Amino acid sequence: MFTTENNESDYLMLSGIQHFQFCQRQWALIHIEQQWEENLKTIEGQYIHKKANQPFLREKRGNKLIVRALPICSHELKISGICDVVEFVRHPSGITLQGEVGTFIPIPIEYKRGRPKKGKEDVVQLVAQAMCLEEMLACDIKEAYIYYHEIKHRVSIEITEELREEVRKMIKLMHQYYENRYTPKVKTGKFCESCSLNNICLPESLNREPVRKYMERFLE
Amino acid sequence: MRKLLNTLYVTTPDAYLSLNGENVVVSKGEEEIGRIPLHNLEGICTIGWAGASPALMYACAERNISLCFLSSSFRFQTRVIGESKGNVVLRKTQYRLSDDEKESVKIARNFIFAKVCNQKWILERATRNYPMRIDVPTFKESSKYLTEIMKRILVTEDLELLRGLEGQAANRYFQHFNELILQQKDDFYFHGRSRRPPMDNVNALLSFSYTLLANEVASALETVGLDAYVGFLHRDRPGRASLALDMMEELRSVIADRFVLNLINKKIINSKHFLKKESGAVLLTDEGRKIFLKAWQERKQEQITHPRLNEKIPFGLVPYAQALLLARFLRGDAEEYAPFLWK
Ligand code: SF4
Repeated sequence: MFTTENNESDYLMLSGIQHFQFCQRQWALIHIEQQWEENLKTIEGQYIHKKANQPFLREKRGNKLIVRALPICSHELKISGICDVVEFVRHPSGITLQGEVGTFIPIPIEYKRGRPKKGKEDVVQLVAQAMCLEEMLACDIKEAYIYYHEIKHRVSIEITEELREEVRKMIKLMHQYYENRYTPKVKTGKFCESCSLNNICLPESLNREPVRKYMERFLE
Repeated sequence: MRKLLNTLYVTTPDAYLSLNGENVVVSKGEEEIGRIPLHNLEGICTIGWAGASPALMYACAERNISLCFLSSSFRFQTRVIGESKGNVVLRKTQYRLSDDEKESVKIARNFIFAKVCNQKWILERATRNYPMRIDVPTFKESSKYLTEIMKRILVTEDLELLRGLEGQAANRYFQHFNELILQQKDDFYFHGRSRRPPMDNVNALLSFSYTLLANEVASALETVGLDAYVGFLHRDRPGRASLALDMMEELRSVIADRFVLNLINKKIINSKHFLKKESGAVLLTDEGRKIFLKAWQERKQEQITHPRLNEKIPFGLVPYAQALLLARFLRGDAEEYAPFLWK
């Protein structure tokens, strides 16, 4: 199921898409400069490992088959990661599944601790997950959900062709940066205050006066 | 900014350090004399011939806790370094620039500019704080002289020339050092640097503080993923932490010199805290070391506003902030390295 025929060490972490959408520089600091990646990777690694022994731990509920912590990847996009939950809902226009009778529509569901965000970071990550599943299951996914813990509510997201195209472009750019080991400079803003990499990024120093001027001030 | 944690200084000469669960245990013979959880520590510095178990070394390396060994005369012996952090690209950039003399000068001159600048402001401060006790006109004159040197440093393209300018500035600055000692003048007299070994009380204090600072700078550099052994001003020499020495230049006077002057002028330390050896070498007594290290720790907790980051940080994190700024420059975020300039 999860082939290693491609050079998967070049694959990017799917979870990085939300960082990239939030701030390209934050993504680069985490994923290229690895200022933080160790934690991320080990956590994700452990996760995969635990579940890898029981890849399809299925739970049946009514007309649904629920799979948790499903490792996913796309060889086309060269990304890999984990889907929190995939619900396979019985439906005549669905796909068949190994070991199951009938046909199913897969619906990825991402769990988020907070509430819906102003930005699109949760959405693009979900779309990327859907694209991975489409590739792995050879199917089309039209809809997916984000469950927000704070409002205890799932929000439906339509997987449109525009969103897919946006994600493709994003991931292409991510691969470009990754190959060149390039950490972009970006416009900083209020959002930097909530950024956990604030101290490593030093957004202040990106906006400050030129170093030369700063030094010359001490000549008086 | 990162949190400033404690550094554990082990001054008992024959203590042994080992790991027990998540604690570092200090023992003497069979007896346990101290125990501290590792998560409270940022560094461990042992003085004398205390040993440490490989398990502890490994635990420190893994948790990014610097573990360093100083000899009983406070000379740096060795440091335990873990797997290097971060991206290899950063180090490659560092090596590339270090091999290129033209590029090296550009970085080195900012270190030296800041060194002279900080020396100058120590003189300037003294004219403000102690106009009745020092010879203000000569201080002012030297300050002007240092400003002229700073201007020349800014346009220097040559490492040798840079070293020359640095030397001239240091000479001038140290000419006044003795006048900055305002208390206990009979016991603390500065007549030039003596290093190996320090031959008087002031030099003993300076040497100790430089050693501690060098170690802190080296750890900070490695924490952000740089190689402390490959420098721009100081060229590679086996076993020498050249980059740490480079960066130390700008911090020596503001951190170490002022600290030493403070110890003397505030009478925190006195002549009873020193031992004169038969060779003339001067050492701190056990009591003296303890007082020194306690004050050093306290100093690290003092808050300052970083002149470039415009952010309040504890003094002890200045080496870390500078290491970050250097890393950010090497990664291409800034057109020049922004050194630490202190008024
Ligand atoms: S501090 Fe701001 S600019 Fe820097 S990574 Fe975070 S969000 Fe991006």
